[in-house]
Amino acid sequence: MRYLPLSDADRSQMLAAVGVKSMDDIYCDVPARALLSETIDLPPHQGELEVDRAISTMAAKNLNAAEAPSFLGGGAYRHHVPATVDAMIQRGEFLTAYTPYQPEVSQGTLQYLFEFQTQVAMITGMEVANASMYDGATSCAEAVSMAGRATRRKKAILSGGLHPHYRDATYTISGLHNMDMSIAAPNFSGDEDLISLIDDETACVVVQNPDFFGHVRDLTPLAEACHEAKALMIVVVTEIVSLGAITSPGEMGADIVAAEGQSIGNALNYGGPTVGLFAVHNKHLRQMPGRVCGQTTDTQGKRGFVLTLSTREQHIRREKATSNICTNSGLCALAFTVHMTLLGEEGFTRLAALNHARAVTLADRLSGIDGVEVINHTFFNEFTVRLSKPAAGVVETMVENGILGGIPVSRLYPGVADLENLLLVAVTETNTEDDMDALVTALTEAL
Amino acid sequence: MADELETITGNRGLRIEEPLIFEQNTPGRLGVDLPEPPKVKSRLGGLERKGPVGLPNLSEPQTVRHYTRISQKNYGIDSGFYPLGSCTMKHNPRLNEKMARLPGFASLHPLQPVSTTQGALELIDTCATWLKTICGMPAVAMSPAAGAHGEFCGMMAIRAALEDRGDARKRVLVPESAHGTNPATAAACGYAVDTIPANERGRVDLDAFLAKLDDDVAGIMLTNPNTCGLFENDIIKIADAIHDAGGFFYCDGANLNAIMGRVRPGDLGIDCMHINLHKTFSTPHGGGGPGAGPVVLSEALADYAPLPFVTHGENGFDLVEHKNGEGAKAFGRIKGFHGQMGMFIRALSYMMSHGGDGIRQASADAVLNANYLLVQLKDTLSPSFDGPCMHEALFDDSFLKGTDVSTLDFAKAMIDEGFHPMTMYFPLVVHGALLMEPTESESKETLDQYIDALKGLTARARDGHAAYFHDAPRLTPRRRLDETSAARNPVLRWTPPVDEAEAAE
Repeated sequence: MRYLPLSDADRSQMLAAVGVKSMDDIYCDVPARALLSETIDLPPHQGELEVDRAISTMAAKNLNAAEAPSFLGGGAYRHHVPATVDAMIQRGEFLTAYTPYQPEVSQGTLQYLFEFQTQVAMITGMEVANASMYDGATSCAEAVSMAGRATRRKKAILSGGLHPHYRDATYTISGLHNMDMSIAAPNFSGDEDLISLIDDETACVVVQNPDFFGHVRDLTPLAEACHEAKALMIVVVTEIVSLGAITSPGEMGADIVAAEGQSIGNALNYGGPTVGLFAVHNKHLRQMPGRVCGQTTDTQGKRGFVLTLSTREQHIRREKATSNICTNSGLCALAFTVHMTLLGEEGFTRLAALNHARAVTLADRLSGIDGVEVINHTFFNEFTVRLSKPAAGVVETMVENGILGGIPVSRLYPGVADLENLLLVAVTETNTEDDMDALVTALTEAL
Repeated sequence: MADELETITGNRGLRIEEPLIFEQNTPGRLGVDLPEPPKVKSRLGGLERKGPVGLPNLSEPQTVRHYTRISQKNYGIDSGFYPLGSCTMKHNPRLNEKMARLPGFASLHPLQPVSTTQGALELIDTCATWLKTICGMPAVAMSPAAGAHGEFCGMMAIRAALEDRGDARKRVLVPESAHGTNPATAAACGYAVDTIPANERGRVDLDAFLAKLDDDVAGIMLTNPNTCGLFENDIIKIADAIHDAGGFFYCDGANLNAIMGRVRPGDLGIDCMHINLHKTFSTPHGGGGPGAGPVVLSEALADYAPLPFVTHGENGFDLVEHKNGEGAKAFGRIKGFHGQMGMFIRALSYMMSHGGDGIRQASADAVLNANYLLVQLKDTLSPSFDGPCMHEALFDDSFLKGTDVSTLDFAKAMIDEGFHPMTMYFPLVVHGALLMEPTESESKETLDQYIDALKGLTARARDGHAAYFHDAPRLTPRRRLDETSAARNPVLRWTPPVDEAEAAE
């Protein structure tokens, strides 16, 4: 077996050194009836070639977004990731290191986490960020729990424009026994009134921008109403590229930003792993969940980095910790940081402008099709269209023509009559003019 | 004289000082070439970003060199022996990386019609089958993103099952040797944590456990093999007792590597257990994730598994994404989309490479390596408990008594010897703990070299060279770092120097 360095001779020698005859003597504490004497019923070991062949066969059964014109978003976006990103994250020193508990031999991981935290804080317009969460949905759930701790209140208001997976994860993680959730109905028109729901019991209002249906909104009035009532405004961002073009949540008055960072540096991966972003202002720093990297000096006075503020965390505080999170998304955070470094100020803002321009072009073209109505007045790179028939069937018809034409809203909101005909369409820099032509043709034929 | 002079640059050969990216900013430099965006009428509703983000501009070669240089300040499994107890730092095969990057998986959108993702669902289902077979359990929830997330998933399934039978309970029993995530998870699920002491053999004190059992106990969270590296030999009695009391048995599966292919958790009476794919099944730790923490479930808990999950439908595989039909009793959703697909691919690649025979051999080698360390070091260091261990060897700090060298000092000296330190000061039930987990990936030569280093350092400590240890490590890119001031005055991001900030205004 190629992964196991011990030879049979080594094993005999080591068993003798341990003073036993066989491995069963070492497993002596296992109750006899539970100790298996035979190999379990699974296929035997295989070489690289055979494993590669078997798994590649499964991969080939999928229609992937790289080989078909694809207009899917809904919280996961296909962007071009420069070749440099994958080369850097596959360096064994990064890939095969553990959490940087020994800072003297982990300055590589710690330095990129410090750079990552700085980039996230800058993009979101916040003062500080943590070293990442599992994904955007769990970031959102943790943000609501944090708001409960920070305000010592129990009521959370969730916008009807919040991604349904974020809503459900937040309800499950934070809502079942911790916070009381007031969940607004799905709002596809982008005109919901959350301010009237705020009262002096409200810990936080959770709002997504651009929202699930693509609308871009000025959240300043909502922030003012939250702060008036001493509640926190949590802003969710599922398409982080948008912040290259739109006023940041921090500038609109966010107290917590919970975001998904997949769009930068990370492939679609059928939805995971991705990287959750979490940013706050300094006054809430010690309520923030997750790992944090900080700057310090070594005994020679040289700048270095360490994990810090660990007195919030489970390995010190146990049942009194701010969260049970331990492992996060280190390598996805590195991918984010390398890609963002390549983009820089120029590249990030241009990438955002490019996405927006493509989306505007496509929205204009789709609105010219009979039976298609673009609902949004505002959007970044994703918008909602109302079709003349149920969207799920239209998407299936387009798939038969080899086009991934969008997400039927009913996939996430099944059985809601108002939403049956709605289709979410996302456009990125990866979509060509040919892709758009293909979509226009396919949609016209399907309706 | 020549030895006293420092280098001009501060660099030392291959060890090169590397500033932050923010300190390498030159406006006008680009790391990507993007086309000029076409002119369109903005649909941003007047919410265009007003000022700059503040990101630095670097070229591609600078970026490559930057991350290459800082990577060289890291120690990974690829670099050398990493006996970090409880973390299972085993070899990460590159085949797994290649498989996860196949475009058929990497470029697959999670909300494509399931008719276009049959291969992905087949892979999830196949990975699930291997995990269920290895664990001897009938069901598995695949979506948890990490160990602690899996703990949450398992405890919520228990909670849902109890509430479904109208028997909400308030307490969860957790041994004092448990990982910190266990009590934190129980608290996150709304339970009060009740701590069970260990006995003098490093196992759960069975009498103390039985005395705490009543009809208010939702369950026990027990790690097996436990964090002392020992198999809980009363485990079946513990399972029977908790079931008799109407509670459930949560097993922390962090140490599955010791028993896979040799003991099935299902045969021990366990109701649910998370599996750290980033430990046992070799998906890379990546400097702290991403991981994956699927949870195997007993018949009694299977219906409460969270959304989504894969089923066998009429037209192939299907995904249950909503709380109706087969998902009616699901306790909810804990993550966006369908779980850590990239990790399922890597884990399946690992399992298929090993096969049933290789998995059984891998756990045996991991356990044999740990026992070899234990035996070779038992007269030099101080083992905490008698008898053979599982895949981890645990020592306390009594061998350092009177030397003025602490566990921390000793571990830092290991770094200068070219090894990553063992886990220190955990589990909490042992004074100054040193927990070593060699894994099956290590050769006998590596273990022998490590043993010699530990013996040599122990002799040095006993010979009165405490200052050598207090100064360690001395051969690393940075010496010991001031963690106290880092926590007292947190600097968590780069900010522009004052004159630069003024110039920008």
